Amino acid sequence: MRQVALTVNGMRHELELEPRELLVYVLRDRLKLTGTNVGCDTSSCGACTVLVDGESVKSCTVLGVQADGAEITTIEGLAANGSLHPVQQAFHDHHALQCGYCTPGMVMAAVSLIEHGEATSEAAIREGLEGNLCRCTGYHNIVAAVQDAAGAMGRAR
Amino acid sequence: MSTTEAKAAYIGSPVKRREDETLLTGRGTYVDNMAPTGTAHMVVVRSPYAHARVTRIDLDAARKAEGVVAAFSATDLQEDWKAAMPCAWPVTEEMRNPAHYPLTDVARYQGDGVAVVLAESRAQAKDAAELVEIDWEPLVAVVDVGAALDEGAPLAHPDLGTNECYVWRLDTDATGQPIEDAEVVVTRTYYQPRLIPNAIEPRAVLAVPGPSDDVTLYAATQVPHLLRLLAAATLGLSETKVRVVAPDVGGGFGSKLDVYAEDLLAIALARRLDRPVKWTEERSENYLATIHGRDFVTEYTFGATKDGTITHLRARVKAAMGAYLQLVTPGIPLLGAWIYAGPYAIPNYSVEFTGVFTNTTPTDAYRGAGRPEATYVIERTMDALADELEIDRLELRRKNFIKEFPHTLSSGLTVDSGDYEASLDKLLELLDLDAVRSEQAKRRESGAAKQLGVGFSTYHEMCGLAPSRILGAIRYAAGGWEQATIRYLPTGSVQVISGTSPHGQGHETSWAQIVADRLGCDIDVVEVLHGDTSISHAGLDTYGSRSLPVGGVALTFAADKVIEKARQIVAHQLEVAADDLEFADGTFRVKGSPDKEMTLAATAWAAFAAHDLPDGMEPGLEGTAVYDPPNFSWPGGAHAAVVEVDIETGDARLLRYVAVDDVGTVVNPLIVEGQVHGGVTQGISTALYEEGTYDDEGNMQTANLVTYLVPSAAELPSFELARTESPSPTNPLGVKGVGETGTIAAAPAVINAVLDALSHLGVKDIQMPATPERVWRAIQEAKA
Amino acid sequence: MIPARFDYDVAESAAHAIELLGAGGGDTKLLAGGHSLIPALKLRIARPAKLVDIGRLSDLAYVRDGGTHVAIGALSRHAAVASNPLLAEHCPIVSYTAGQIGDPQVRHRGTLGGTLSHGDPASDLPAVMLALGAELVVQGKGGERVIPATELFTGVFETALAPDEMLVEARVPKLAASTGWAYVKANRRAQDWATVGVAALVHRDDGAVAGASIGLVNMGGTPLRARATEDALAGGSSAAEAAALVTDGTQPPSDQAGSSEYRAHLAQVITRRALEQALGN
Repeated sequence: MRQVALTVNGMRHELELEPRELLVYVLRDRLKLTGTNVGCDTSSCGACTVLVDGESVKSCTVLGVQADGAEITTIEGLAANGSLHPVQQAFHDHHALQCGYCTPGMVMAAVSLIEHGEATSEAAIREGLEGNLCRCTGYHNIVAAVQDAAGAMGRAR
Repeated sequence: MSTTEAKAAYIGSPVKRREDETLLTGRGTYVDNMAPTGTAHMVVVRSPYAHARVTRIDLDAARKAEGVVAAFSATDLQEDWKAAMPCAWPVTEEMRNPAHYPLTDVARYQGDGVAVVLAESRAQAKDAAELVEIDWEPLVAVVDVGAALDEGAPLAHPDLGTNECYVWRLDTDATGQPIEDAEVVVTRTYYQPRLIPNAIEPRAVLAVPGPSDDVTLYAATQVPHLLRLLAAATLGLSETKVRVVAPDVGGGFGSKLDVYAEDLLAIALARRLDRPVKWTEERSENYLATIHGRDFVTEYTFGATKDGTITHLRARVKAAMGAYLQLVTPGIPLLGAWIYAGPYAIPNYSVEFTGVFTNTTPTDAYRGAGRPEATYVIERTMDALADELEIDRLELRRKNFIKEFPHTLSSGLTVDSGDYEASLDKLLELLDLDAVRSEQAKRRESGAAKQLGVGFSTYHEMCGLAPSRILGAIRYAAGGWEQATIRYLPTGSVQVISGTSPHGQGHETSWAQIVADRLGCDIDVVEVLHGDTSISHAGLDTYGSRSLPVGGVALTFAADKVIEKARQIVAHQLEVAADDLEFADGTFRVKGSPDKEMTLAATAWAAFAAHDLPDGMEPGLEGTAVYDPPNFSWPGGAHAAVVEVDIETGDARLLRYVAVDDVGTVVNPLIVEGQVHGGVTQGISTALYEEGTYDDEGNMQTANLVTYLVPSAAELPSFELARTESPSPTNPLGVKGVGETGTIAAAPAVINAVLDALSHLGVKDIQMPATPERVWRAIQEAKA
Repeated sequence: MIPARFDYDVAESAAHAIELLGAGGGDTKLLAGGHSLIPALKLRIARPAKLVDIGRLSDLAYVRDGGTHVAIGALSRHAAVASNPLLAEHCPIVSYTAGQIGDPQVRHRGTLGGTLSHGDPASDLPAVMLALGAELVVQGKGGERVIPATELFTGVFETALAPDEMLVEARVPKLAASTGWAYVKANRRAQDWATVGVAALVHRDDGAVAGASIGLVNMGGTPLRARATEDALAGGSSAAEAAALVTDGTQPPSDQAGSSEYRAHLAQVITRRALEQALGN
């Protein structure tokens, strides 16, 4: 077991972790932040995407102990002061989610893409979301939502 | 986030989904999110062999491992099962249905469960499962559906003496002329690969025992009602002892329309151990343990006159059942049986299905179920016939379209409504075919590496499962009705209880639209409840694009019952005849005295208080309707794909996808478009990416998301959609269902486009999916 | 989806990492970004007794001007390499290719040292290092040594690193303005490994092709140099003629993405394209 400190959505947690515990299970099982989903076991689907120190990562492919000292943002930490984050709002406006299971990971990947200034065109957004699989939407509305949110966030800055 | 829209006419409006906020903020209730205190985590030990006998199994080491609660072999649990795993669709009297139990000591497919280990944590259960010692006697496996009926083929179930599950035929002989005598006969054989549904939420179940021998099963399922019924029956329990809850469910596509071993194991073991038992599937496990789709070999023949009138069709289908019959496995081909003529009027009709056992994961319903398989062979052969006759591919389709509705098909069912020419006309407007053809010609002339192709698919399908009488006639065990309850609460809020439950389709929003329109209330006062058998006690669940055309229609009848009861109350209180009341916008008004009025909401209070109701009337304002549709519903349309094929590498990429669908009246265009986007994507993916394969020993070669290619946004374009609208005359909403249309139509459009891109090279056939290697080989063979 | 148990230590320095590696015997593995190792742990394909986490050695995350070469610290993430201006200026094939690895999430975690040490013949950057004639700086108990890229990759998932050695830096030569470059990979989905990939550098003398060096991805058990093609180009063959020789000495694998025969064909096509593109760069 190893002593680890994580700051998740602004809140500091000190945890005793087995080294083999994946970050996604630390979030889900230990911290009860079940918004981050597990969709595969080969780091392919991106459903578990969270931000670690501001960058999108697949939390199924990070050990909890590796994240010691990191600042983590999950889907639960995105909405501020009771209003949705622009990406969440755009997903709602564009019907960019159906079953919702890939959605937290897709939203976090999109947030990272936009914040890195890489959501510059439809093609760039499609390439930028290559690591996230959705089985419901065919991505059409997701891409439209991310384009819209990128615009909204650009204006906000 | 507000869903409030202008009052009236919610139906037809793009109302944003009320489901979204919860899901977007990470507050979904998927089964794996739940972990009651004391939960034991279950891991299933699975066969690494496709066909093998357990000669020794030793659970001692596993039982002694850290944190282990219990471990069981097939023998240990055999007494828990009062019946084998259920198959609800014995399609013929003679159908062979080998018994299958949740655990076995003879594995018939890779992934068949042989033991379970339960521990205090998921990790401990996984660790202990590795300690289960098993000696195997491998047996010869049969894998290839096309060869499984050959003389000397290995047998999936040697005691059956054959791999044949059943033979089912549907023949008409309208003209008495055999197909061989048709002026032109075109026959093609197609293989449609095995597909893995890949709902992004893997399956999960959590069984929680209650105080009086009852159990609640939280399940990632499309079918809470069927699961309760069949779990109770299989375990020999009273239905009153089993409550099934489908919380948020992360996609299904048919794969969660089943009763699975793990559902039954969780219930049985929760009862045995008297503590909650949870199982969550891993993705790689999903490829073995959750049903697959397709895996059909079809020989398809058109007979036609030289001028292009199609007179005959004949389909001979070998359909893989897999190793066992799951809930509706044998019925999947039949769901397409009546539409093997497509949207065309073809008098002589002959379809024969042979169900075939192989040592593979059982197949069952995957999006479209039977209808994509039919549409694929029809639309591929339509192009082949057009080429043979040297008639334009679209002209041939137009010439044979069904043109008048309702239309009784030669297969015997009646198409409710449609206008296939209108869909095709609109498609061509959007497509700008001339521009596409001119770009294609330019690239051919220049000898560019990247050639262009355009392909079409015109289709219709039957969905909205289904008239119970017809289901009975084709030997399906249950009916196809749907139940809805609408209940006014005293203060004017409305509760809707739906038999069907969503896994992404947005029922809560669409149902509220329908009910708010019907009752004339604000959409925000309508609450939609579903997916819990203790709340929605009757229903037949969500599959086959049935929720709206059956369950949605049931809502309107339930609403009408509420309105009629309210009318009696209002007539009584206003002292007028019920016939003198007009109902509009949620208010009853006396004809000729518009100032005398009473709202439905006020009536709800009156019905609650019950101070002044008509003599003999029961208090409360509630209506329940059970709707059994008189017919299937029949969406149709025209799709086109434009692809770019790199003739050097063989890589085919989709450039454009244009779809014009006629799904009858549209309740929520946002949701309908979303369904089409998702549906066409699965069809496109069938054509270009997805293929589940086994090696000769029955080892799955594509058992994860690295080797089984579910495409991402980067592989797809945005889609161009439009609609035509032929309301269904068989229900008051005019709705038809949209969940499967895209998947049904898309695959042949894309493959026809790939072949069109290569037609100048002499390529005439390519097997799905059109992988770069297959395209390259087809070009090489055409050159040779 | 849950790794088997292992012990875990955090390295405070490269020397500490090497000490821990040596103490652990052969069953100890280094963990950097983890994007090769953790997927294997999750499926329990890999079961090391111990992991030494070198992910905190931030002094090994750098890109520096080394005079005639650019030095890239082993802990540099792919995303950092992809966006590095020094590399974009002096050795753009490296930054471009780093941007083609996996997907953004993978690039945010995966490291240069990890991908080179893993020895996966389907990875992108090893073939680029091979084509560049890069030098890899390796640290062991006895200090540093330099391994030429041509000697690093010894087999499928095998490298010339000793069990207690650690790759600390890659030195990539600054490319002359007259050197054209291209990295072309064929894959099914954007996130997939290359079915085949080709890294091409074309050296021009007065506009004429003077020579080339070509690295191949997934055409054998290790990344490979396409010597026959290089020689043909140096000898005046056209891109198409030279590309036809690219399968010489290769043993392309057969798997779900393509048969050996198809890969051999595909390599010829994309080698020609890579050369044409390099000539235009």
